[in-house]
Amino acid sequence: MNDLSSLTALPTVLFALQAADGSDAMSAGLIRLLVIVAYFCLLLMLGGVATSFLKNSNRDYLLASHSIGPFLLLMSLFGTTMTAFALVGSSGEAFVDGIGIYGKLASISGLVHSLCFFVIGTRVWKYGKRFGHTTQIDFFRDRLDSPRMGLFLFPVLILLLIPYVLGGVIASGTVVQSLTAGAFPTFFPHEQAALAGGVPPYLGSLVVCLVVLSYVFFGGMRGTAWANCFQTMVFMVLGMVTFYLIAMKLGNGTDLFSSMANAIREVPRKHITREEMSHSLFITYMLIPLSVGTFPHIFQHWLTAKNAAAFKLPIVMHPFFIMLVWVPCILIGVWAAAPGVLPEEWYGQPMAHQNKVLSYLVTKHTTPLVGGLLAAGILAAVMSSLDSQFLCMGTMFTNDIYQRFVRRSDSVSNSTAIAASPMTDAATPTGTAAVDCLPAPAETSVWVARGFILAIVAISYLLGIVLDGRSIFRLSIWCFSGFTGLFPLILAALYWRGLTARGTQAGIVTMAVTWSYFFYVSGFGQGVIGEDGVQRPYKLLVPGTDWDILPVVPITLATTLVMLAVSWLTPKPSVETLQRYFDEPSGRSSTT
Amino acid sequence: MNKWFWLTIGGLLLLHHDFWFWEDATLVGGFLPIGLAYHVALSILITIAWAVLTITCWPKDLSQE
Repeated sequence: MNDLSSLTALPTVLFALQAADGSDAMSAGLIRLLVIVAYFCLLLMLGGVATSFLKNSNRDYLLASHSIGPFLLLMSLFGTTMTAFALVGSSGEAFVDGIGIYGKLASISGLVHSLCFFVIGTRVWKYGKRFGHTTQIDFFRDRLDSPRMGLFLFPVLILLLIPYVLGGVIASGTVVQSLTAGAFPTFFPHEQAALAGGVPPYLGSLVVCLVVLSYVFFGGMRGTAWANCFQTMVFMVLGMVTFYLIAMKLGNGTDLFSSMANAIREVPRKHITREEMSHSLFITYMLIPLSVGTFPHIFQHWLTAKNAAAFKLPIVMHPFFIMLVWVPCILIGVWAAAPGVLPEEWYGQPMAHQNKVLSYLVTKHTTPLVGGLLAAGILAAVMSSLDSQFLCMGTMFTNDIYQRFVRRSDSVSNSTAIAASPMTDAATPTGTAAVDCLPAPAETSVWVARGFILAIVAISYLLGIVLDGRSIFRLSIWCFSGFTGLFPLILAALYWRGLTARGTQAGIVTMAVTWSYFFYVSGFGQGVIGEDGVQRPYKLLVPGTDWDILPVVPITLATTLVMLAVSWLTPKPSVETLQRYFDEPSGRSSTT
Repeated sequence: MNKWFWLTIGGLLLLHHDFWFWEDATLVGGFLPIGLAYHVALSILITIAWAVLTITCWPKDLSQE
């Protein structure tokens, strides 16, 4: 009842805020802040509603009881893959380097992400449902007969997820500060006029993290999927509204197309071509979207699908949705490269200011009410990824570390205990993932998950404050490179009988060592300074050529070679395990 | 997944590397850089390709799940 009355009050509040449009910077900042707060309240209510649908089982909390249909799967997968990187990062990168970013990451992602959903996702779902997997580690442990697989994979996955979470934390703080500028000039002064009075990043990031934690904690995967769907719709619709408003203001034409033509007129040539972009580097970026195949939070979303057919809609629509989100952001970033659009000092150090481009233009070229709604849209994109990452990290810790290694001493390992446990479903899985499981009571394990999530969020939050100003684009590329390095392992696990536990473990170690080496050499993700004085992502030169490539190439190559070599030399999983995965029951064939 | 599936994916990957528009500053319709316009068209083509592939190349074992 309270929820409904709050909902009906919202339009009244928005109407009152609209009436205040056009006043000074302080009230404009306050209006945007209030709209953001109203949006957060809406999300919390959604989490609250999802709680009432929660059943008393881990499978429901973590996988929504495999009940997610095509539309919700599309929206949650898309919302999860589109992060701060897609909105804030892409517009910032286009401001620095121009249109090339679309080909480098967006159009190729449309092809490769859907390929991953088709080739990896559907198989993962099939085995997950059949054998009762909850996490990626569950899958590898069961597929390779390796009870200790979690000890290798868990730390690597968490360490790679932290920079990803960090990107979201930094982006949310930056966006909130830019869009609330002017709200509290006395409390939050700033040397840059464009940011003076805005809620500082440490506070904005903290509130965003708390809101996401709240609906993840109480709504579980169902709450996360609902929030993802809602937020994806919010950022797609508001993204288009933003694009239209900024285009009309920047171009000042009679219609959208004439405004777009005016806006691009003064943009430097290098931003509307790729004349300064390396061909070989462009090709190697093709490997980056393969990371979607190994993201543990995407893995968990795949497992929520109701049936295999639910994957068809995400596979088809994902490339189109990417286009709808990325093209406007990139055009806005390109237009910002024209002289006079941004504060003068930003052009001298584009990398230092690229994260603020989108929010600055929103603040400057829209009314406070619309600006607040658009801020909510940007934050929606950020939060729709953070929620899945938070939930996934908690799940892995509970399922693959706590239940397996911490509670091992005081648990009874037998299938009777599993069947009696409230965390299991009626349809008890048949694989070793389920049989080996040493369950804790559902309530305890949910709280353990929450505790671990809190710890990781606290670490990411503190790092976010220390590293504020670090490029979201570069942070994300490092994170994606590590996950792409793991891609050969998941591909081999699904399609190659010859893969062994030792081969997989050696591959994981190789990825971790090579990734760490290149990350260290790059100055911990700082990148290199180009001839034009602009800092760009770290790259390597192929010996004897002038081809520059991303570190993801040697990382993936080394992982693949070590995985193949060690697998050939070490014992295979049991015949029974291989039969479960590779020999279809009679009457079923694997391909058309 | 038959050979047509992988041929389609390979073809789209080749089309992605549009070196022919690399230094072309033409604005399509006066507002869209041709390098970006090409990739927008490619994104639409990829969407259509996936619509066809999910119908024609969907694994039989998944249809039974």
